[in-house]
Amino acid sequence: MDGVTASLEVSGLAFAYPDGHQALFGVDFSLARGERVALLGPNGAGKTTLVLHLNGILTGGTGTVTVAGLPVGKRHMAEIRRRVGIVFQDPDDQLFMPTVREDVAFGPAAAGLKGAALEERVDRALARVGMAEFKDRPPHHLSFGQRRRVAVATVLAMEPEILVLDEPSSNLDPASRRELADILRSLDVTVLMVTHDLPYALELCPRSLVLSDGVIAADGPTADLLADEALMRAHRLELPYGFDPRSVSAAPGRP
Amino acid sequence: MGADGGTSHAFSSGGAHRLYRHGHSPVHALPPHTKLAAVLAFVLVVVSTPREAMWAFAVYAGLLAGVAYAARVPAGFLLKRLLIEVPFVAFAVLLPFVAEGERVDVLGLSLSVNGLWGAWNVLAKGTLGVAASVLLAATTELRALLLGLQRLKLPPLLVQIASFMVRYGDVITDEMRRMRIARESRGFEARGVRHWGVLAKSAGALFIRSYERGERVHLAMLSRGYAGSMPVIDEVTASRAQWSYALALPCAALVVCLLGWTL
Amino acid sequence: MHAPDGFINAPVSAAAGLVAAGAIAVSLRGARRELDEATAPLAGLVAAFIFAVQMLNFPVAAGTSGHLLGGALAAILVGPFTGILCVSVVLLMQAVLFADGGLTALGVNITDMAIVTTVVAYALFRGLVTVLPRTRRSVTVASFVAALVSVPASALVFTLLYAVGGTADVSIGKVATAMVGVHVLIGIGEAVITALTVGAVIAVRPDLVHGARGLKQRLKLRVNGELVDAPQAAPEPAPAAARSSRTVWITGLAASLVLAGFVSFYASADPDGLEKVATDHGIDQKAEEHAIADSPLADYGVEDVDDARLSGGLAGVIGVGVTVVAGTGVFWAVRRRRTGDAADAVSPADTSV
Repeated sequence: MDGVTASLEVSGLAFAYPDGHQALFGVDFSLARGERVALLGPNGAGKTTLVLHLNGILTGGTGTVTVAGLPVGKRHMAEIRRRVGIVFQDPDDQLFMPTVREDVAFGPAAAGLKGAALEERVDRALARVGMAEFKDRPPHHLSFGQRRRVAVATVLAMEPEILVLDEPSSNLDPASRRELADILRSLDVTVLMVTHDLPYALELCPRSLVLSDGVIAADGPTADLLADEALMRAHRLELPYGFDPRSVSAAPGRP
Repeated sequence: MGADGGTSHAFSSGGAHRLYRHGHSPVHALPPHTKLAAVLAFVLVVVSTPREAMWAFAVYAGLLAGVAYAARVPAGFLLKRLLIEVPFVAFAVLLPFVAEGERVDVLGLSLSVNGLWGAWNVLAKGTLGVAASVLLAATTELRALLLGLQRLKLPPLLVQIASFMVRYGDVITDEMRRMRIARESRGFEARGVRHWGVLAKSAGALFIRSYERGERVHLAMLSRGYAGSMPVIDEVTASRAQWSYALALPCAALVVCLLGWTL
Repeated sequence: MHAPDGFINAPVSAAAGLVAAGAIAVSLRGARRELDEATAPLAGLVAAFIFAVQMLNFPVAAGTSGHLLGGALAAILVGPFTGILCVSVVLLMQAVLFADGGLTALGVNITDMAIVTTVVAYALFRGLVTVLPRTRRSVTVASFVAALVSVPASALVFTLLYAVGGTADVSIGKVATAMVGVHVLIGIGEAVITALTVGAVIAVRPDLVHGARGLKQRLKLRVNGELVDAPQAAPEPAPAAARSSRTVWITGLAASLVLAGFVSFYASADPDGLEKVATDHGIDQKAEEHAIADSPLADYGVEDVDDARLSGGLAGVIGVGVTVVAGTGVFWAVRRRRTGDAADAVSPADTSV
């Protein structure tokens, strides 16, 4: 899971906000192409800060982030932002255009796509999340689950190298949750999923990282990490009542 | 004062806004910028018409009625929307009493002639203006209106601000509604001036939420490659025939207006 | 005050349109300088907030209520440029989507409701914050005064426009009296709500109150005695030598405005006790009408009913108006110099944050 094919490589990343609060203290990890990895961690562990580094919205600390060989930095910003698709937690923030179609088109259009090619890209992205028939609707009139799916489509439309999802299962009812899981499983991009939802991580991601106090505290197969009670407790990660990770078959890895 | 009115959305319902009436009439089919231009020109002509040419206003009303018929907008809908003008009707009614100059006696009341003309002027022109705007809003979708404004060369930044306002107007009014429900669930009901502090706290919280959402939206935009200008995704165009069709209304009105000045 | 078509004649409407267009052009540049590439989403969200908060009911008594106009609030919270843009966009959308306010009267409406309110409120606010001690209470007081004066100032400009381009010969004294008198009353409500709202924001996120940014830094330093917290901490350019004389000017001006405002309010409100009733009924009727008309934006214009009802001579009120206009000019000049400095102090846009 390293070397030439890495989708994402983070090394020695440290960052402090201008007010002096330090959020990251040297983060190292790497994701191979096509992997699905969960980033677990308690509130305040620095997850959001890390995510904002992946496409260069936050910079200025030490360490490097490399996306498919391209270093994140001012020089390649447009390309980096095309390659790293971030799905934010609140779909209302993500869906800022008046209609679903325009929203999905925003990214590719900003990258210069026009006309029929743009239209085709939009249709394809919406079809991948099963929202093709909602093309001309305003986002406000979709259900929360539908909005989250459209939010995924807005990023897929940019054909990213890596998809980063911030709390993808939050506020979803069980059916929407399963639908989203099916969609994520069907994608062939690298996925980094930031979440508190441990069963969801187990279901979707063969591998997990635990981010705690600004460093990667653990990195390994999701099932093993969740079964390690001491580790879980040390980082304020709790399984839902009655959930036993050993009794569930873990997510199948991809070849 | 609509927050307490119910759960409907201020801006949109199924892709349309409050005044919009879904339809497939020839007026609906016109490109939005032609309609905007036509309504603006029409209203300009109306406002420039001498108030003494009373017949001209009757003809304008007839023209609008024709448009309403073509757009299949029922008269009742149009008339109901004219209520928005009520405050100015009241002002107009007062004018004959307060205006200066020569006076006449009508039913025992001493009224100013000039005031009567002024009242007529405000009523006639204001009503025609509202009616024209209502027809525009009733036949043009929200999104199309924004595209029309963009096409009419409104500064792009202004159109963007308007688009964001429209997109998030409902989100924010919903937040405000939830805050009210939360207040009421805890037994709080604002009854007088002494409760303003609590309401203002809600307003302050609403501002903070709105502003922070603006910041998050900006992050989301940056993440998808925004670099200061919005990509043009849709552009509306109009054929010469559509333009002439739309401009028929103000042109007819202009003829009437010129006649009004010369006759 | 959403004037309909035909209320002001065509030439004056067109002139007001030009004024509005010019002010919006200046504001677009100013807002870009303040917010950089985040202008569109931030101003859009603030416009949505203004739109929403105009629908928030503030009960007065016995089932009647009022609501915020928002110009002063916008100016204080996000600055005059962004404030003008936000209120203008709200007015534009009200005209186009809800037929509220005539299309040809858009220039007039933007001039008096977006430009005058924001500029007057912000100038007064900045002036007072400079003069008063650096405390949160001062910000509240400054917000109160700014909002209080902004409403009758707007009414006064509307009256001036009516004097030039009105379509009936009403004695301009009568109109001015009615307009300013009633709007001082409305202004008090506006002032209380604005001050409370600004206070609520400053208690939680003082950094978001544009008009009090300088204040926040100084407070922080004194309390913590340590770290500076923001990268945009371009220090508020300290008022230079001219400060002391300017202080006198500003204090005098503000005091006279407040005094004149209050005096004219009592003078106008007391002789005619019915007037308050009229206001209440107007608003009441507005609420009902709204239920029928089915639009949250269907209200707003009702002040003018009551305006016209009010009568009685108030020479002082016109005095307030003249002072406001003169004061605005002074503050504007002062502010322009200051923003010039600030613009230099801010480092070139750092787009990576």
